[in-house]
Amino acid sequence: MTYGTIYAIVAIGFNIIYNATGIINFAQGEFVMLGGMTAVTLHQFLPLPLAILLAVVITMIVGAVIEIVFIRWLHKPSVLRMVIITIGISILIREISLHIWGEGVKALPYFTGSSVSSINMGGVYISWQVLWVVGIGALAVAGLTAFFNLTMLGRQMRACAANRDAARLCGIDAGNMVTLSFVLSAAIGAIGGCVVCPITYVQYDSGTPLAIKGFTVAILGGLGNSTAAVGAGMILGILESFSIWVLPTAYKEAISIAILLGILFVKPSGIFGSAEAARLKEF
Amino acid sequence: MVRRYFPVAGFAGLVVAIQLATHFTGNSYHLTQLTMTAYYSLVIVGLCMLIGYAGQISLGHAGFFAIGGYVSAFLTTCDLKPYDGPFLSLLEKSGAVVSRQDFYGGSLLTVHPWLACAAAILLTVAVAYLVGGPVLKLKGHYLAMATLGIGIIVYRIVLGTDFLGAADGISEVPGFPLPAGLVITGDSALRVSNYYLAWGLVILGMILLLNLIHSRVGRALAAVHGAEDAAGAMGIPTARYKLHMFVLSAVFASLAGVLLTHYNGGIGPSEAGVMKSVRYVAIVAIGGMANLWGALTMSLVLNYLSLRGYFGTYDDTVFGAILILIMLFAPDGLLRRHLLSDLKRLVSRRDPEEEAP
Repeated sequence: MTYGTIYAIVAIGFNIIYNATGIINFAQGEFVMLGGMTAVTLHQFLPLPLAILLAVVITMIVGAVIEIVFIRWLHKPSVLRMVIITIGISILIREISLHIWGEGVKALPYFTGSSVSSINMGGVYISWQVLWVVGIGALAVAGLTAFFNLTMLGRQMRACAANRDAARLCGIDAGNMVTLSFVLSAAIGAIGGCVVCPITYVQYDSGTPLAIKGFTVAILGGLGNSTAAVGAGMILGILESFSIWVLPTAYKEAISIAILLGILFVKPSGIFGSAEAARLKEF
Repeated sequence: MVRRYFPVAGFAGLVVAIQLATHFTGNSYHLTQLTMTAYYSLVIVGLCMLIGYAGQISLGHAGFFAIGGYVSAFLTTCDLKPYDGPFLSLLEKSGAVVSRQDFYGGSLLTVHPWLACAAAILLTVAVAYLVGGPVLKLKGHYLAMATLGIGIIVYRIVLGTDFLGAADGISEVPGFPLPAGLVITGDSALRVSNYYLAWGLVILGMILLLNLIHSRVGRALAAVHGAEDAAGAMGIPTARYKLHMFVLSAVFASLAGVLLTHYNGGIGPSEAGVMKSVRYVAIVAIGGMANLWGALTMSLVLNYLSLRGYFGTYDDTVFGAILILIMLFAPDGLLRRHLLSDLKRLVSRRDPEEEAP
């Protein structure tokens, strides 16, 4: 469940940018890592809630800077170019983090209770932090849905995603919307990074595997569909935990990628996606 | 027809010049890195063929490299003694199984390197065919992600499998014997001959690919790259051409893996890592996506610098930065002449000799 939620959060980050720009941001996992890392560092001299808040803000700024520096001025770049650029960005962030934080594994303390305390829910013992992860994950999805459907800004973003030229005619600044989508997905990633950090720990290179699993989940749920991503995240999380019973733990990551490949081969529109919507996309 | 080989001769001259330069300046220890560079270049030119001429990206070529290296390393180091029997002694008489001494002087019964190499290539072909079919139906993000996924699966398997040495990899791999007393090994006494062997192989590979580009297949590939649907409508079996190019470039990578493993005497999981695949793509990109000579030159320079440790701990950063800068400012690569005129030349030029009856 915990892992499923974090995969879903990464997948939602993918979806936000994909919906606004049609780009898959391969550096999405790095946002999660950055969020966790910054929070750990800030927690050394700030109280936990403040440290997390500041970490999210910093990651948002990083997201905005990335968009402004690398993406904004490219006009109609080819997909291959964007893929390679975002992979390059993810490598840069990872290497910079390595030089800032070193190779060590870091963690935040549990938000409430400790790693051994747990609560009894219908006979199953669940750690407090798991509840935090699931709760905040749910809150993030609900918040995003509300943002996209209820606020003016959210609606403008959706308009840009649907038809950028038409949106521009209506007086919406499409460029800023793309920046905003990077900021939003950076924020979602950073929040996710902070809440799972006490359980999964964080390391300079923990971004890439997360990005791959997030992508798997995004594909599994149908690219662009955030609600489906949550369901798909749970499915992948559960499948992964079961795979440990059958195969050595070392192969855990290979499982999710095998699932990704399987889905890509059989039904690239995702299990929850409609074939009709898929026809409009480029595979 | 003949003009095509001028750069080949020029490059061969460069290879000789470099060797002479290292000889007279007393830097002949640089030849070790230059030899390794040659094997990595083999991957690069194969990948350049796939990306530049067939228009398909692969972020999983380190995986194929590792399949070659690991299969060959495993077969030439595993001890078959426990399975000794009539079948095995028959194999030993035919030369397929050889006995040799391990590091501590104990005797081992292992598969002959040539047979191991053949097995590695066969496995690569099988894997490339198996995954290539469905993978090459995808485009853009999906193709990149799927090939990246294949690379990571290979990485995870070699990292998590005990008989492949897990995180330590496989060491004590013997040299690769060739006819005329030559052997591919890291022995410093054989440094010069190995240098020429490796680069000779690269030049051989280049000649093969150059001929392929200028053949019917090459023109068909140019058509597939330019407009796949139109090429399909012309009756070019696009899917089959793409698949064959994928397999061919995988074999290049795998062969490089086999030979470099024998040269280094071992292989570790980092050879299968994502960064290696990304590095190969970066070098192809900087050389110009559809420019074999550009890719080869860049591979010579960058791999050599990287292997000599000039980038220090910023190695990965350098390649990441190269990727971004090239894609932002010069998506056609640094060593690129005009893409359009090149394609035109490729499509419209007919060799007068071929037309003669």
